Amino acid sequence: MSTINKSAAQFLAPIIANKRIGSYHQIILGVGDLVKNCRPGNFIAISVGGDSSRMILRRAFAISRTSDSAQYGGTIELIVAPHGAGSRWLASQSEGTELDVVTPLGTAFGIPTEPVNALLIGGGYGSAPLFGLAEVLKNRGCRTDMLLGASVGEKIYAPMEGKRSVNSLQIFTEDGSMGEKGRVTSRLEAIISERAIDIIYSCGPMPMLRAITEIAQANDVIHQCAVEEAMACGVGICMTCVLPVKDETGIISMKRSCIDGPVIDGSSVCWDLVGKNPAEF
Amino acid sequence: MSTSVDLSTTLGDAWFPTPIFTASGCASNGKELAQFFPLKDIGAVVTKSVMTKPRHGRATPRMAETPSGMLNSIGLQGPGIDAFLANDLPWLISQGSRVIVSIAGETSDEYGVLARKLRAASGISAIEVNISCPNVENRGLVFAADSDASCRVIDSVRKVIGGEIPIIAKLTPDVTDIAKIAQGVVDSGADALALINTVLGMVINLDTMKPHLGGKTGGLSGPAIRPIAVRTIYQVHNALPSIPILGMGGVASGRDALELILAGASGVSVGTASFGNPTAIMSIQKELALLLQARGFTSLQQAIGYAHRG
Repeated sequence: MSTINKSAAQFLAPIIANKRIGSYHQIILGVGDLVKNCRPGNFIAISVGGDSSRMILRRAFAISRTSDSAQYGGTIELIVAPHGAGSRWLASQSEGTELDVVTPLGTAFGIPTEPVNALLIGGGYGSAPLFGLAEVLKNRGCRTDMLLGASVGEKIYAPMEGKRSVNSLQIFTEDGSMGEKGRVTSRLEAIISERAIDIIYSCGPMPMLRAITEIAQANDVIHQCAVEEAMACGVGICMTCVLPVKDETGIISMKRSCIDGPVIDGSSVCWDLVGKNPAEF
Repeated sequence: MSTSVDLSTTLGDAWFPTPIFTASGCASNGKELAQFFPLKDIGAVVTKSVMTKPRHGRATPRMAETPSGMLNSIGLQGPGIDAFLANDLPWLISQGSRVIVSIAGETSDEYGVLARKLRAASGISAIEVNISCPNVENRGLVFAADSDASCRVIDSVRKVIGGEIPIIAKLTPDVTDIAKIAQGVVDSGADALALINTVLGMVINLDTMKPHLGGKTGGLSGPAIRPIAVRTIYQVHNALPSIPILGMGGVASGRDALELILAGASGVSVGTASFGNPTAIMSIQKELALLLQARGFTSLQQAIGYAHRG
């Protein structure tokens, strides 16, 4: 047996709850004992559209939070932005519907062994996996501050119960409709030094991850980010979701964001080469 | 298997217990799918086309979903033959998997070099000579679009390895007369044919109003191309009934696999269906056995090319 996808299984998962929260849908799925293998940063790949669908590829979603209760057994929470045909189908499914899922997939956020000062930065619904991460960090005694950003206020995802797991939360919107006007990176350098940040965790659009990496590197802070790349399979067989990544010896290779990611050390990604022809590296 | 149907098949001298294989480029080199089913339980793993040197492939985006299909533009990213032989092949063999190694080159000589390296390796059931990858910079490099170029490649492989390991030539349906190309590669030494590679396509992104894929064009796969596969296999089996065909193109269920077999395929590769469903291959294999039994076939061999019989 190989170690790739070693915790993953394919099964039918019932929808326990499906609630609209602002622009997003919060979907809770029953996953049974498999919940024990789900770590913050892992993702789930879901078949959409039903048996006669013309959509042949799964949709990937970050696992936002996990829970294990006597009533429902193991459950995972996903945040779905219904902007395409597949995510709209998913958001329209009612409680009790069984979904064909493959999970948990991908790498997880690394958790420090000692209590450190962690800064969690989310863009849009990219904040979803950070709330589950915040709970884990809090239990490790870490101080966790969170910055959330989006173009407009309605694209901020910050549930009440999630806010309880962080020490502070600051919101930035580009149009100023919620929180401060600006971006999560606007005052990042000052925040890093004022709060003696040891590690940054981030999830959101690629330009945001790139901007955070540059500031984190300049300030000698570790940065683990969850990347977003279009995936066909989610399990490592299609080679579409690749990113140029540099190893310790300086060699650049095209790594799969589904199995070598989605969580990856921001400083190892060659952000300026993303989308460029690899023949010119 | 819950039926008594004999599913075994052959491609040239190579024997396989079942006719359902992975498709080259759709299973990487096996490790990723091994979590979902034992690789020895399927006919064979057809590995991702490997070249002489490691290769990065094309720029992203590399994928676009289309109605009942998808475009890919990977560009033969891979570890190169030496790393493949050192790491991937021994691992596959350790799993009890049967292995068909797919090779790709930029020149007919490169294919000869690859064949020489494979001759020294043990445990390979057959070689798929991919002369039809659409994701190359120069359309002129799609050897299978030209009969003479196809024959030169197959000839250079045959000179090295002919008679030792079955040679399967992988062809494109993007030609005017597929039977002529098929006849040419068989005359040059191909023992079997793999039909079909992806079909060249393009998607334009309405936000950027430019081609969506980094490589501009890509290969269309999935159920959208299945009728093209059925037609191509039918035409080639009609022209060359004694040449075994490894069929592929949009197979997502047992009925799809049976359709290709009735058209003339001796084996069926499952590609894009594995992207949407990592256990698709196992379901297809089970469904095929039941469908053959329901039609009164006691062996797969009886069904191959059945659509041609009077």
